[in-house]
Amino acid sequence: MTSTPAALPPLSPARTEEFGAALDRIRAEIVATRGDEDARYIRTVIAVQRGLEAGGRLALAVSLLPPAWCAGTAMLTVAKTLENMELGHNILHGQWDWMGDPAIHSTTWEFDFLTPADAWKHTHNHLHHTYTNVVGRDRDLGYTILRMSPEQPWYPVHLLQPLYAALLAPVFEWGIALYDLEADAVADGRKSVRAFLGEITRLARKAVRQCAKDYVLFPLLAGPSALPCLLGNVTANGLRNVWAHTVIFCGHFPGDVRTFTEEEIEDESRGQWYLRQIQGSADFEGGFLLRVLSGNLGHQIEHHLFPDLPSNRYAEIAPRVRRLCEKYGVPYVTGPLWRQYASMWRRVLRHAVPWDPRR
Amino acid sequence: MPVPLLPVPYQGGRPYMPVSLPQTPAGPINGRIAGPIRRALLAAAGRLTSPLTPDDYLGLVDPLLSARHPAGRVTAVHPEGPRAATLVIRPGRGWSGHRAGQYLPVGVELDGVRHWRTYSLTSPPQDGGRGRELTVTVMEDPRGTVSPHLVRRTAPGTVLRLGPAQGEFVLPEPPPARMLMVTAGSGITPVLGMLRTLAHRPPPARTDVLLLHSAPGPGDCLFRAELTELADRAPWLRLRLHYTRSVGRLTAEQVGLLCPDWQARETWACGPAGLLDALRARWDAAGATRRLHVERFRLGPFAPPGAAIGGGRVRFERSGVEAESAAGVPLLHTGEAAGAVLPYGCRRGICFGCLAPLLHGRVRDLRTGEVHGRTGELIQTCVNGAAGPLTLDL
Repeated sequence: MTSTPAALPPLSPARTEEFGAALDRIRAEIVATRGDEDARYIRTVIAVQRGLEAGGRLALAVSLLPPAWCAGTAMLTVAKTLENMELGHNILHGQWDWMGDPAIHSTTWEFDFLTPADAWKHTHNHLHHTYTNVVGRDRDLGYTILRMSPEQPWYPVHLLQPLYAALLAPVFEWGIALYDLEADAVADGRKSVRAFLGEITRLARKAVRQCAKDYVLFPLLAGPSALPCLLGNVTANGLRNVWAHTVIFCGHFPGDVRTFTEEEIEDESRGQWYLRQIQGSADFEGGFLLRVLSGNLGHQIEHHLFPDLPSNRYAEIAPRVRRLCEKYGVPYVTGPLWRQYASMWRRVLRHAVPWDPRR
Repeated sequence: MPVPLLPVPYQGGRPYMPVSLPQTPAGPINGRIAGPIRRALLAAAGRLTSPLTPDDYLGLVDPLLSARHPAGRVTAVHPEGPRAATLVIRPGRGWSGHRAGQYLPVGVELDGVRHWRTYSLTSPPQDGGRGRELTVTVMEDPRGTVSPHLVRRTAPGTVLRLGPAQGEFVLPEPPPARMLMVTAGSGITPVLGMLRTLAHRPPPARTDVLLLHSAPGPGDCLFRAELTELADRAPWLRLRLHYTRSVGRLTAEQVGLLCPDWQARETWACGPAGLLDALRARWDAAGATRRLHVERFRLGPFAPPGAAIGGGRVRFERSGVEAESAAGVPLLHTGEAAGAVLPYGCRRGICFGCLAPLLHGRVRDLRTGEVHGRTGELIQTCVNGAAGPLTLDL
């Protein structure tokens, strides 16, 4: 027995393409109905996010007063969360490019996260979304430091992976920034040293601006409230990191999510690609607030099927995708966030050792 | 990261999208605080708003405060006959001025999607002070998307996006003494901007302008009242109205008859391609090529949507590569096969790593069959094929 769920009994090629065509129709329907309301949605989120950020910064400027510290830190945390999840991640996917607004566009957006948007678009949009959960191709499968599947080779350092997976959470943005540099690709000769150095420079430049803003300039401007302001900024970044880590880890690492081998994706058709995206992702359920704060990544399956559809429409298509999966006998992994989170940790623990502890 | 402006030639009524605009307006009038201090303050504030800019916050308070994405607010709409309207627009902080005769890219949002069109500015450039207003006159194309909206459904208060004024069809400074203007239909608009500029700031005594304007008839002659009134009042302007319904189309020969000293004048012409081509030929033959300035409303025929969806010739502008693209073949394949080095990512429409600005023509989404493409639109080359001849800025 392997520790990832068995492959589903293969659909016949005809059924697979029929399944793919049904998903294509869902996509076409959403594309055809994108309009004013969606535009209003993303602009509202932007306005709320910038309002919260401004409010949070102002409150933290007088954060010697404890209520101001609490309010400021809370507002800034929510603002940073919205900025990364519902705005940055989704805008960089090109979900809003159809509006033709140069201010809300995948080519011009830069997010409040350490890694530069271009580096993120390469490792996330291109590598991860194309090779989702393919062992050896999807670097997001364990982020090159965690062993998340029995097909990945075990090294003694993996005994410590529960520890460093937990330590990664509060400094997640640093983890992602270093990960996006792809030092492993340089070692393998897939990336030139020159390109690598260029990316380090770009990262350093952005990191200086990011850190100067949160850890030097705003605290200095807060005068007597400098220390609580700094603490508030550290807290907001830390909480945002923990939340992003949680949402992202719950998207692909719960126990029921499959991994794939490189042989399996040879000559993959569109229908097969859809099947892999569904089996390689997990949803979690929640209300409107949880959806917005997670950038609608509770709909990870829908997001992986259609990474370029506006995130506010995923909730609408999720029941249809799920019914379609039931009809074709394709597993659709979903559950409450806490259960996915627990399941994710079980998987981290299980693969820390070279044998399957469930045997 | 500022993306350079697309090099888009003049295109009356053609789509246009400035992908990104200069962060600080270059014009002479930028606000009450002195330039260097203002710039230093904004740069300091930029350290706090990073990775956004202060502009991103100002634009939320009022779009007119944005310098990076200039906007204007419509303050009045005046109908000009049954099929046209003049929009009076108060430009915001990002506006950096224009020269008489230039055109204005206007961005309009329709059902969430921004569309860009260009219209000749008819207001004279002003030398100072805020609160100055711009005017453009829009002719309705009943089959169009944007012009009916601007003419019929735009209320005062509407915010429009503005591109930087463009075009070399301009009144020189100082204006030459003897000028000939030949216009037809809505071709009067850039010239009206020049005439109003001359009227606004009385020209030297020896200035002499002859305007030959052609319209179907007196009822549908744009700005007839203003033109006749100005010609009566201004000693430097003579007006000849030519009504095609009674005397037929204006020809280059008639221009020569109506203005015998045409070779001695600096000439500006704007109107249908047929008239402009005839004038160009006549002026070239007389060795007066450089004395004729023409403004074309359309560079070439539009490919009607849905027509010629089976591939086409693709030009990669920056690489200088041209290749025939068969139906159903992604533009990325076509370009690579022809030796162009193009950006790419996932090659299946997911990552948006291959986006390229469309300069001309239309494309077909190979996933849905939909034919689309506005000039300036960013195209995913890995999932779009050619729908007729097209040019990409790659």
